[in-house]
Amino acid sequence: MVKDPRLPDPLSWQTFTTGLWKENPVFVMLLGLCPTLAVTNSAINALSMGLATTFVLVCSGVLVSLLRKVIPKQVRIASYIIIIATFVTMADYAIQAISLDIYKALGAFIQLIVVNCIILGRAEAYASKNPVSNAFINALGMGVGFTFALLCLGMVREVLGMGSLFGVHLFGPAFQPWAVFVLPPGGFFVLAFWLWLFAVARKRTARAQPATKEVADAA
Amino acid sequence: MSEQSPIAPPPGPGSLRLIVSLGLIAMISGLFIVLSVQLTREKIAHNKQVALEKAIFAVLPDATQVVKYKLDESGLVQLPNEATDANLYAGYNAAGHLAGLAMEGSARGYQDVVKVLYGYSLEKEAIIGMTVLESTETPGLGDRANNDPEFHGNFKNLDASLTGDGSAVANPIVTVKNGKKEHPWQIDGISGATVTSTAVGNGIRESTNRLLPLLHQYQGSLVENLNP
Repeated sequence: MVKDPRLPDPLSWQTFTTGLWKENPVFVMLLGLCPTLAVTNSAINALSMGLATTFVLVCSGVLVSLLRKVIPKQVRIASYIIIIATFVTMADYAIQAISLDIYKALGAFIQLIVVNCIILGRAEAYASKNPVSNAFINALGMGVGFTFALLCLGMVREVLGMGSLFGVHLFGPAFQPWAVFVLPPGGFFVLAFWLWLFAVARKRTARAQPATKEVADAA
Repeated sequence: MSEQSPIAPPPGPGSLRLIVSLGLIAMISGLFIVLSVQLTREKIAHNKQVALEKAIFAVLPDATQVVKYKLDESGLVQLPNEATDANLYAGYNAAGHLAGLAMEGSARGYQDVVKVLYGYSLEKEAIIGMTVLESTETPGLGDRANNDPEFHGNFKNLDASLTGDGSAVANPIVTVKNGKKEHPWQIDGISGATVTSTAVGNGIRESTNRLLPLLHQYQGSLVENLNP
């Protein structure tokens, strides 16, 4: 059954998990690849970027949902951008207050969360049509999914490229780091590897599902 | 297309409605931003201060206290602690004696400007320490300028003596290729990070060439002992 997209989504466990698996912003929708490739050269950078993006996603989702009956259709995109930019600015100050080292490592990519299409996409496609609780849960799921994807890349790249994880050295001084993995090409290699892994996993689950259904029907 | 359509589109909300709603959102947004600036301002200033002090103590190993100065063509002026326009930091040891001076230098690196802080000893007429304040160099390659112990060994006693009349640096500091260092004023570059090591050298050269002659001229205004 195809659901009318104008109807609000019933709140369920699915609201949260779509962002994790079925519509994972990086591995399935291939959105937000610019920060995904640029700041995942270490696990801590990936985690901070993921958390900052989650904060902006959740806050802007809630505010857009709260104001969804007030914002006229003609100026909705402009309104969403103002709202998103506000929370990005707040995240920017918060990161500076928490740690200048992380702020320096993330560089311009914190400010560039404004143009991350995951966030505008959520505001337009979900938060503006659904009640606050749904918007909150859905944005949280997307944020966690994005953070998870960034960590997948960041951890692999840091271990191979620097021989450490979250700054803790794993292999001792004899380890010769594989520098290409912290350089831009390494980002593409690791992303390709994860995309392949996800595609295989999705194919397997898709193939397994009809089979289980038949068994259930027969029973 | 529009000629064939029998029904005109429903009239949208008036411009006033649009302006009011956008204005309302902008006001909420302004409120949030001012609030977060208010909440984080002190903490950010504190973090920057801590980072700078950490850097100063890193390049002046003997120092335990810092006094800020501003050095330019008009002279050397001591500044209050909360000043933000200082370009010379005098480090004093536990006994209150001058342990060295820290100054900033910057030059274009591989990705962006590399900003360094270096410690200078008046007695040795040499640079005694260096740390990278700001850099966005490639992790694993260019960023070794921050943490490569061999590279940092260059700055333990890097000659920056002045000519006899104190009007210029006798031998401007220069970065050479890895393993080609012959003179005490040369910096042995990092192999694989030539551009960044050269940027560090250029930043220090430009800064020493400009500030050290001025420092020689106005050295009299520098407090030698904090508790005489």
